[in-house]
Amino acid sequence: MSESVTFRFEVDGSDFTSAGQASVLVKKHLRQLGIDPEIIRRVSIAMYEGEINMVIHAGGGEAFVTVSEEDITILLSDKGPGIADIDKAMQEGYSTATDNVRSLGFGAGMGLPNMKRYTDSMDIKSEVGVGTDITMKVNLI
Amino acid sequence: MNTYKHSVKLDSAKCRGCTTCLHHCPTEAIRIHNGKAVINEDRCIDCGECIRLCPNKAKRSTGGSLDEMKNYKWKIALPAPTLYGQFENLGDVEYVLDGLLKLGFDDVFEVSAAAELVSAYTRIYLKDPKVKKPAISSACPTVLRLIALRFPSLIENVIHMLPPMEVAARLARDKAKSEHPELNDSDIGVFFISPCPAKVSYVNNGFAGYKSLVDVVVPISDIYFQLINVMDTAIGEQQLSSSGMIGIGWAVTGGESTAIFNENYLAADGIDNVIRVLDQIENGSMPQLEFIELNACTSGCVGGVNTIQNPFIAKARLQSLRRYLPVSLNFLTEEEKQKVPENYLFDELPQYTPVSEFHPSLLQSMRMMAEAQRQSRELPGIDCGACGAPNCRAFAEDAVRRGEVAVCPIKDKLSGNKE
Repeated sequence: MSESVTFRFEVDGSDFTSAGQASVLVKKHLRQLGIDPEIIRRVSIAMYEGEINMVIHAGGGEAFVTVSEEDITILLSDKGPGIADIDKAMQEGYSTATDNVRSLGFGAGMGLPNMKRYTDSMDIKSEVGVGTDITMKVNLI
Repeated sequence: MNTYKHSVKLDSAKCRGCTTCLHHCPTEAIRIHNGKAVINEDRCIDCGECIRLCPNKAKRSTGGSLDEMKNYKWKIALPAPTLYGQFENLGDVEYVLDGLLKLGFDDVFEVSAAAELVSAYTRIYLKDPKVKKPAISSACPTVLRLIALRFPSLIENVIHMLPPMEVAARLARDKAKSEHPELNDSDIGVFFISPCPAKVSYVNNGFAGYKSLVDVVVPISDIYFQLINVMDTAIGEQQLSSSGMIGIGWAVTGGESTAIFNENYLAADGIDNVIRVLDQIENGSMPQLEFIELNACTSGCVGGVNTIQNPFIAKARLQSLRRYLPVSLNFLTEEEKQKVPENYLFDELPQYTPVSEFHPSLLQSMRMMAEAQRQSRELPGIDCGACGAPNCRAFAEDAVRRGEVAVCPIKDKLSGNKE
């Protein structure tokens, strides 16, 4: 098991306006670690989309970003309603977001597809009524 | 290692170590050592927030002075359009320009005139499909430095256009040399009359391999009283002003954007808002935009720390000054419209400087980061600044960088109310 450092963030589901802040903090930490700017950008997008999802759909949750010499792992964990049909949720343009959320410019159905696009691997574990864990990895080597 | 020459300086005698600047510096560049503020020059972006907020007036910007006119045979003033917003009931820009001549300048060249050419060429520049969108304006030097230090993935989005001040400096020099062929380059002194300290740094350091053609940057606040004393309604017959609404509009946020003639733009000001916008562009949560104008100061250049007047008043005055002006007084010929000329462009973009990196080795950085996290958990987390760092986390990081352990100076006093 190689050495690693983990950052933990609480994503507050009650305050929509605070969504996206963990993504900003992650960027700062990754710069301090000397991570390549392009990798930082990819992690920041994946993280941002994940955060927004947790706020819109799950009432918040926790995010863990773990950096090792090999990769950066983002774990987003919530106790929300779960994803009923993961394949469908992965389709671009598919969204279960409410009209309210859409009127703010979110809920375009690009969250999960973007998270997949900007990371090297993504794994979704979800159970309806229990919650969702999404693990994404971005390779450093 | 640090070779960047800053213009924001501290007057130690006045500094009381009060932590105001410490808490407001957007790049956490300030620490208090032995009761005095110290600026980390690698991190400073010359935004001027510390000058603006210091209750003891201990922060100032270095700049040139009019005394330097004696070093040149031919002195040209380049007034920033912000200057025009500093005077009550001005009525006409001519009085300001005439006043500059009365101060001893041989010629004036309005930065707003160059701004109209920059706007015209930016419209052409943005048509090139190779330009990365959203294209970010390069006019505010603080924003450029911020992007280079903190938003490396957006460096490619910066427009390669020289700022109006530089274009004005070149055109003013060319004009002097064509009207007075006996002048050498070293005979000509170009004085930019500046609303902000960041322009001083820009001129002193050059930019991405580009050497500025401005010789001296004089803060508006330094020249103001001298200028107002010589300004008079009895002015020469010569028409000095040569810019319209577009050029003068550059002094205020939105002016540069509206001159692009494309409504798909965003204009933001205030350093914290600028950082928020850049964060959003970086994480992909920004609508598709053509053009982004960002100004570090509230309301744009009229909010610069080297101005005299409240930015909102200056803005209101500029609105009335602009009202009956032609839209623009500087135009491109059909031939000029074909291509943006090389002398309007800089070819190198700023380089990413990872100033906050713990260590060149990732493994070592990770260990230091973990240690900083561990130490920071031991600190009270109230970010009071008594230790001299802007927050507990930064204090722990500083300690780890020095190979020390962060010892909070007030923890014992706090334990009573915390537990």
